[in-house]
Amino acid sequence: MAELLSPELPEKLCRITGIGQSEVGRPSTKTPLQLTLDAALQAIADAGLTLADIDGVSNYPPKSSEGGGISPVSVGEAMWALGIDAKWVGSSTHEGPGHMGAIFAAVMAVATGLCRHVLVFRSVAQAQARLQSRESTLLAGSRSRVEGNNAWTVPFHAISPANMWALYAQAYFDKYGAGPEQLGWVAVSGRRHAALNPNAIYRQPITIEDYLASRVISTPLRLYDCDTHIDGATALVISHRDCAHDQPNPPIHIEAMGMALGGLGQGIHLGDFTRIPGADRAGEMLWSRTGLKPADVDNAQIYDGFSILTLLWLEAMQLTGRGEATAFVEGGTRIALDGQLPMNTGGGQLSAGRFHGYGHTHEACLQLWGRGGERQVAGARLSAVCNGGYGYGALLLRRD
Amino acid sequence: MSEPAQGPARKLPLIEPETAWFWQSGADGRLRIQRCEACGHWQHPPLTTCLKCHGRTLSPQAVSGRGAVKTFTVNAQTWVAGMTEPFVFAAIELDEQAELYVFSNVLAPPDEVRAGLRVAVSFEAHEDVWIPLFRPVAGEADHG
Repeated sequence: MAELLSPELPEKLCRITGIGQSEVGRPSTKTPLQLTLDAALQAIADAGLTLADIDGVSNYPPKSSEGGGISPVSVGEAMWALGIDAKWVGSSTHEGPGHMGAIFAAVMAVATGLCRHVLVFRSVAQAQARLQSRESTLLAGSRSRVEGNNAWTVPFHAISPANMWALYAQAYFDKYGAGPEQLGWVAVSGRRHAALNPNAIYRQPITIEDYLASRVISTPLRLYDCDTHIDGATALVISHRDCAHDQPNPPIHIEAMGMALGGLGQGIHLGDFTRIPGADRAGEMLWSRTGLKPADVDNAQIYDGFSILTLLWLEAMQLTGRGEATAFVEGGTRIALDGQLPMNTGGGQLSAGRFHGYGHTHEACLQLWGRGGERQVAGARLSAVCNGGYGYGALLLRRD
Repeated sequence: MSEPAQGPARKLPLIEPETAWFWQSGADGRLRIQRCEACGHWQHPPLTTCLKCHGRTLSPQAVSGRGAVKTFTVNAQTWVAGMTEPFVFAAIELDEQAELYVFSNVLAPPDEVRAGLRVAVSFEAHEDVWIPLFRPVAGEADHG
């Protein structure tokens, strides 16, 4: 166990008590604020709470007028639209532990006793934004030159994160003798599960042959290796354990959390491109905060912004050995709903859309609450959730 | 040393005080990388302190311009108008130090590129910047 400054880890004081997700469209006919309200009201009701019970609001990332719909709703807008009287609002930046920053901020607000129930949400409107402009957001806008860390890639025509993660995929293939015949199973398996998820975007099953025949985007990544832009909102309620006794859902324990920044956001690529040091550290931090072990996990919601990230995260979370993730996913049986480690049981971002990890957290809670319907993992009790490419977050969620 | 542009127009880097020297280094055909004057550590992209010793005296030093492809990808997606031909985007590991990477394009037919390919820098001039690109070096043994 990690050395602690105080005897109780903050996440142990927290419970997830409710979840919500709007309809997911590509594009949606609803405005981003309407989608946010849908998800938030659903989560609050799911937690057995009223608006008056919510005293904190947290989201990721701060509202952005650029970036193609990446954050169309601010935490303040949501608070006022809902009529929540919050003591504290927090908006987690693109830096730090990335997507999960809003969850970690909520944990800190609750664990300190500042808030009893925090609403966390993530809203995206990237599909609507693309209707206006199909150009990469790095090239949109009036600036004629690229600045900051984008200067290390964009002048070399590496417009998309797909180009960068393709470098990692190629290095991983070279080192471990892997190839698209293995990597493709991340997409194929996810699609199988998405067929059972009414809120997924792509629900038509694909075979590994379909995957291999699909369009190459940037070698070795193909179309199916890249997640899809969506319009939608996902929300959850994080409550103090002392306020989580009479809720409709059995409280989900945040058994452990892990986080790291890493250097990729500053263009610092350490190592040999076959692992992500920051993700590794987030995984190590998580496992240092619990007596449970990777073998105890019975369902895994692993970031799949690009499928190569899924392999790197499986290894970072120590759910497979180093270099063994491709063999693990190959064939799709070990990661199937009835497999050794059901993975991305709602289809992940590859099929259910780019929620920047919040879809994964939502799906984990659904599974732990036995609400997975046709895609329910039998006896789901312990879920590993992780996300991020440039900032890293991981959760171990446990149902009693 | 300057080469004609390929494909769509390059989106050029803003000239910022901390990095102007890097983008203008190619004016004399030499690639320069930030080096710590205290411990000799090379680092890229440039930072305010040395990642190794936290020293704050750093300066651009010329490197040989030679290295090897650490990993690469061949882009096939038309992200912007005019991007119709496949191009190679790579992490080049410079000879001066292990894990000292510069991201760039490799100016070679994509099917001739592989990890370990020996390359040397070749600058492409645009307005007030010199973009460092890399070409295969004939006759040198590949790494690994």
